Amino acid sequence: MHDLTLAQMCHGLARRDFSSAELTRHLLERIGTANPRYNAFITTTPETALAQAAAADQRRAAGDAPALCGLPIAHKDIFCTRGLRTSCGSRMLDNFVPPYDATVVERLAAAGAVVLGKTNMDEFAMGSSNETSYYGPVKNPWATTCVPGGSSGGSAAALAARLVPGATASDTGGSIRQPAALCGVTGLKPTYGRVSRWGMIAFASSLDQAGPMARTAEDVALLLQVMAGFDARDSTCLDRPVPDYAATLEQPLAGLRIGVPDEYFGAGLNPGTERAVREALAEFQRQGAHLVAISLPHSGLAVPAYYVIAPTEASANLARFDGVRYGHRCADPVDLRDLYMRSREEGFGDEVKRRILIGTYCLSAGYYDAYYNKAQQVRRLIRQDFLDAFAKVDLILGPTCPNPAFAFGAKGGDPVAMYLEDIYTIAANLAGLPALSVPCGLVDAKPVGLQIIGNYFDEARMLNAAHRYQLATGWHRLAPPALTEAAA
Amino acid sequence: MSIQRADIEKLAELARIHVNEDTVTATTLGINRVLELIDQLRAADTTGIAPLANPLDATQRLREDLVSETIDRDALQAAAPAVEAGLYLVPKVVE
Repeated sequence: MHDLTLAQMCHGLARRDFSSAELTRHLLERIGTANPRYNAFITTTPETALAQAAAADQRRAAGDAPALCGLPIAHKDIFCTRGLRTSCGSRMLDNFVPPYDATVVERLAAAGAVVLGKTNMDEFAMGSSNETSYYGPVKNPWATTCVPGGSSGGSAAALAARLVPGATASDTGGSIRQPAALCGVTGLKPTYGRVSRWGMIAFASSLDQAGPMARTAEDVALLLQVMAGFDARDSTCLDRPVPDYAATLEQPLAGLRIGVPDEYFGAGLNPGTERAVREALAEFQRQGAHLVAISLPHSGLAVPAYYVIAPTEASANLARFDGVRYGHRCADPVDLRDLYMRSREEGFGDEVKRRILIGTYCLSAGYYDAYYNKAQQVRRLIRQDFLDAFAKVDLILGPTCPNPAFAFGAKGGDPVAMYLEDIYTIAANLAGLPALSVPCGLVDAKPVGLQIIGNYFDEARMLNAAHRYQLATGWHRLAPPALTEAAA
Repeated sequence: MSIQRADIEKLAELARIHVNEDTVTATTLGINRVLELIDQLRAADTTGIAPLANPLDATQRLREDLVSETIDRDALQAAAPAVEAGLYLVPKVVE
């Protein structure tokens, strides 16, 4: 039952092959057994999940089944959940119980989804390996000595380990796509403003975007359908109609123009990853798409620009954690300054502190123009590269990450080595473009991802391309060997 | 551009994060690595390029200046470390 996709579970529930209560109980048992091995969940919610499942079964019996009625999901622990601890992977929020639900949480609940728990993540979504979580790293189900990617590593690992068929996640520089690639699942970062961020704990507000993860593009479409749409409570959320994503999934790809950027196939790309991505491109050609060589000349500046913009915004956003209104407070503060200084020292981990200090530096008197303003100018150049490319092509395809999952501690000594794992994902955030990752092969017995970048609000076309690719290939159906061996 | 230990102390004060004596050397090294990375931006020719703050060039939506929602003070303050009579408690600020 745990191998089924959301779409298959939906059919099974509709045919009364099984109930949501049975499905939920089965997955909760799996989580109970397997989570100690993967550490994918920070919090599980068996009691409320079973109550939600029972309610969903009743609604279905009464002939009132909304889109996700009785389907089990998990939320990244960055989304506020009313009455349920929301830690953001940080000691700072270890005791934080929000008084409200994020819009995404509200919408999925209204559509009938059953929430199994909150998934592990890099602290405040700052990381590409899940090693910065206060709750310990998530382990990659494909190789438990390796990282699952980050920051949404808990959601990705839970999907790969068949603990849950769908999950929410967030992406500031690759935090949906990179763990999706490293764990062999499908994840979409929508256009900036497509999905409400209200109640999603802020990291870098001009880059952050919420999105879905699942094991197939069809399931991602199902979740995005519910998550997307206008929300007056998020001032950056855009009021644009949400298309019917399922309606165009099957469209043939004949005549589709696919841009292949030279800069995404240069030095630093693992040869195995390159081979897998080129084979995927050939599959699109077989389906009638045209490959067009393009250039995104400012790609090399994306990581440097990001590490000015993201830390500056983080330093402002994380100023709210002051030990006064919520979150960690140090013991016995002697005065207000001491309360701030020690609460923040104790509450934040090393990577978060590093980024706050860098952001503070970039915004300090005398450096604002040299760093922040300059980075925002480069950001416009990067966006212009994409605008020029989308005048000629419909989609841009390339690798999601340069390498498959790396071992724990492999990038420990050097923050920049870790940052460069996001070299292909960051530009889409700077430009606000939608981008998704689908599994496209194995390298050293670990999954690698194909990245599909679309034009603004063109998620339907990206999902169509990803779905057609998944109809013709089987990479997304592969389960980690440990799972199939255990079942045999 | 690289920064020294004294700069870290100033940044720590601005950011209101105490930096421990044991970690100040590692913190300085890590930040200098990142500054080397972002210094690559200097090579970019950005003459006449306007900064881009919102990727969609969107501007803030306006609304009527009316009360749109009310908050439940008790529910919000339930997450606070120290509260009394609806107020947040902090160490004495004024003698």
